[in-house]
Amino acid sequence: MIDVLIIGCGVTGAATAMELSRYRLDVAVLERENDVALGATRANSAIVHAGYDPKPGTLMAKLNVRGCARTAELCGKLDVPYQNCGSLVLAFSEEEVGTLRTLLDRGIQNGVPGLEILSGDEARRREPHLSDKVLAALWAPTAGIVSPWELCLAMAETAVKNGAALHLETAVTGLERAGEGWLVHTTRGDFAARYVVNAAGVDSALIHDMAAPHEFDIKPSRGEYYILDKSEGKRVSAVIFQCPSERGKGVLVGPTVHGNLIVGPNAEASAPHDTATTAEGLDFVKRTAMLSVPGLNFGQSIRNFSGVRANSGREDFVIGFKAPGFLDLAAICSPGLTSASAIGEYAAELLKEDGLPMEAKPDFTLERRRTRFKELSSEDRAALVSRDPAYGRVICRCETVTEGEILESLRSPIPPRTVDGVKRRVNAGMGRCQGGFCGPRVVDILARELGVTPDEILQDRTGSRILVGKTKEAGADV
Amino acid sequence: MYDLIVVGGGPAGLAAAVYAWDSGLRSILIVERDRELGGILNQCIHNGFGLTYFKEELTGPEYAHRFVELLQKTGVEVRTDTMVLDVTPDRKVHMTGPATGYRVEEAKSVILAMGCRERTRGAIGTPGTRPAGVLTAGAAQRYVNVEGFMPGKRVVILGSGDIGLIMARRMTLEGAKVLACVEVMPYSGGLTRNIVQCLEDFGIPLYLSHTVTEIRGDRRVEQVVVSRVDQRRQPIPGTEMVFDCDTLLLSVGLIPETELNTRAGIELDPRTKGAVVYENMETSLPGVFTCGNVTHVHDLVDFVTQESQRAGAAAAKYVLGGEPAGEAIPLQNGDAVSYTVPQRVRPANVDKAVEVFFRVNRICGKSEILVTAGERRLAAFKRDRLAPGEMEHITLPKALLEGVTGAVTVSVKEAG
Repeated sequence: MIDVLIIGCGVTGAATAMELSRYRLDVAVLERENDVALGATRANSAIVHAGYDPKPGTLMAKLNVRGCARTAELCGKLDVPYQNCGSLVLAFSEEEVGTLRTLLDRGIQNGVPGLEILSGDEARRREPHLSDKVLAALWAPTAGIVSPWELCLAMAETAVKNGAALHLETAVTGLERAGEGWLVHTTRGDFAARYVVNAAGVDSALIHDMAAPHEFDIKPSRGEYYILDKSEGKRVSAVIFQCPSERGKGVLVGPTVHGNLIVGPNAEASAPHDTATTAEGLDFVKRTAMLSVPGLNFGQSIRNFSGVRANSGREDFVIGFKAPGFLDLAAICSPGLTSASAIGEYAAELLKEDGLPMEAKPDFTLERRRTRFKELSSEDRAALVSRDPAYGRVICRCETVTEGEILESLRSPIPPRTVDGVKRRVNAGMGRCQGGFCGPRVVDILARELGVTPDEILQDRTGSRILVGKTKEAGADV
Repeated sequence: MYDLIVVGGGPAGLAAAVYAWDSGLRSILIVERDRELGGILNQCIHNGFGLTYFKEELTGPEYAHRFVELLQKTGVEVRTDTMVLDVTPDRKVHMTGPATGYRVEEAKSVILAMGCRERTRGAIGTPGTRPAGVLTAGAAQRYVNVEGFMPGKRVVILGSGDIGLIMARRMTLEGAKVLACVEVMPYSGGLTRNIVQCLEDFGIPLYLSHTVTEIRGDRRVEQVVVSRVDQRRQPIPGTEMVFDCDTLLLSVGLIPETELNTRAGIELDPRTKGAVVYENMETSLPGVFTCGNVTHVHDLVDFVTQESQRAGAAAAKYVLGGEPAGEAIPLQNGDAVSYTVPQRVRPANVDKAVEVFFRVNRICGKSEILVTAGERRLAAFKRDRLAPGEMEHITLPKALLEGVTGAVTVSVKEAG
């Protein structure tokens, strides 16, 4: 019997699996998709929030502030791109200056260090491209930015390296109390587990309802974004927020750890998995962002995307035992990415309190390194290429990613199976040509290494075939 | 130390290297990222190349092969499967390749001939889902012509650039159904001959002043929504047409691949998106020249060849004869003209005449191309028709430019 079975391998599930893999436990993670990090984890603002937003006294406040510090530390150990760039919340009116004071008070109560209200001029000295209409700004020095999918991957890989089992393309269809534990029905058979942890993100209410009385609903809220080219990447150096409203933290402008600029999101009610973008939504994002940073050059856009927040309408996450052996880590909306590492630790504590014996593994390793050719010195590049010529062949010219790095990812604990899986692991295809150049080359490498034909290679999720067959035979049934 | 390093072994780099050899340089290196020379021509298996330069109709690979053969008669050194990562202002060229290793070579002169890349969905901001089946026409061309795989069976093409038009015909010949070609502008961005031979001959409708306003489909494209646009290129509600398709090909423009220029600090022209060049294709960095689509996007490879020969000869002159002297006259675009190449001319450095390439920014009927210096008219050239999709060129004799002070303007005046 599995000791702990985690449903969902987004950043929350991955963090929990990693924390539990420290102990002599049989841990399994079920993920519906063909890779980890495919829900809200891969489509969000990629920000490590300082923690002045959540209501004081909530679990969300505690986990946000703890997660902010913990994420920074973890990214260092797990070689995840992270940058402590700080954040500013802008006020454009006296009323909004009042909001800044409220946020400052909340932040102090929540234990956020270093908060400070700056005048408009002080804010513009920090960020010369800010609007001259900014009256004041709340400076939060502990905020940062992170690669969200790499954080998730790094934690999931750590869990797998330390013995956790990851089952991809395994969707939960039902939960049944069985003796001292649970029988988990899935699209790939049944799993028996003593504890079940619900980290199913936007579907966490559905999973909850399989095990416990109905308690909350997920009201999915979609946010749309622009990613701008690196030529716009230095437009701001910190994350620039506007004052939050009941609809969320508002449209932000921020740097990304990959050197681009991220602009968004809006907030619109949506279906749970509807990550389409709309002309209206993108237009709103563009107009609203220009209020903060009027000089933004949207002509340098390289990609739009949207993600769905797992909002519950509550002011807190839904975390706790809701049935014997059934632990909700549910309704993890913003600041979920920031909080994830702390949620993982907290989940482990809750399981321990509930009586799960936790004996530390002496050989647990919390370490991960991957080659980033682009960041190496000329000398190191020369040495690497002479050691392994595959590191000499550049596959993605926009992001300078080599074949060696792709092959390395294929030897990692959770190897990529798809073109976007490669992108999330080594950045190939993330640049200004959006895979126009490297896409066919990555398809070739994957086909060769996985021993399949190129037309079997997927872009992304199950069913997303790139090629429909060979030439000379594909058109017969049109 | 090389006399010349040419970055890119496509048509521009090949012609430049051959001409630099013929002009007297003996230590030349071409660095090519692919495994073979020829660049994008290798996937352009259709014909229509060489009509101007060779006076015969060749396929892309054949055109490239002509220059590879010329190259083989020279002592030019070639490194394939090698990517240049940096060119420094003092002309140190950083390169990497499995066989090459990571190395830094020095050169007395450099020619940048990296070509261009395709604009993407992200650049034009097409809303909707993000399924597989949305790809640039050039990527589709590679899959079909080089890899031998079909990217889809029912195809809509957004943009009427030449590669999109060529792929409309190519996909049709391979058995796919091309449902429509959709162009946001009121005119096509491609060559007239491609509209006729690739769309009209196959009965593929061209929707001008239309665009794709939504992509639908979860894992793979299932539908695209096409709407008519107004004069400001904004979609008109109520004009939506829905196409059931599995593929959307994008042919929405090409952009010079100037990453190396930027890193080297070379001045760029926001109009061409390539380097600002002098009459001899020299950039703002002395001894660094540029030619082909990395300088400005061409329609015909024949003109790439001509321009690249000029760059090759100029690099040879730079290495053998020292720096060119003389004051530069700026060339400006006037009415109806979107850019000129070169952007600067040093009359003292012009041999007999200077070729000026430009594009118009709207369709013009019977017109005069006017070259003026202030109020003074220097030259006029008659044309029956000018279109943004067809690059124009004029030849300005050296005598015309001597004694000119201030800027020279190229403009187009429509008759009547």
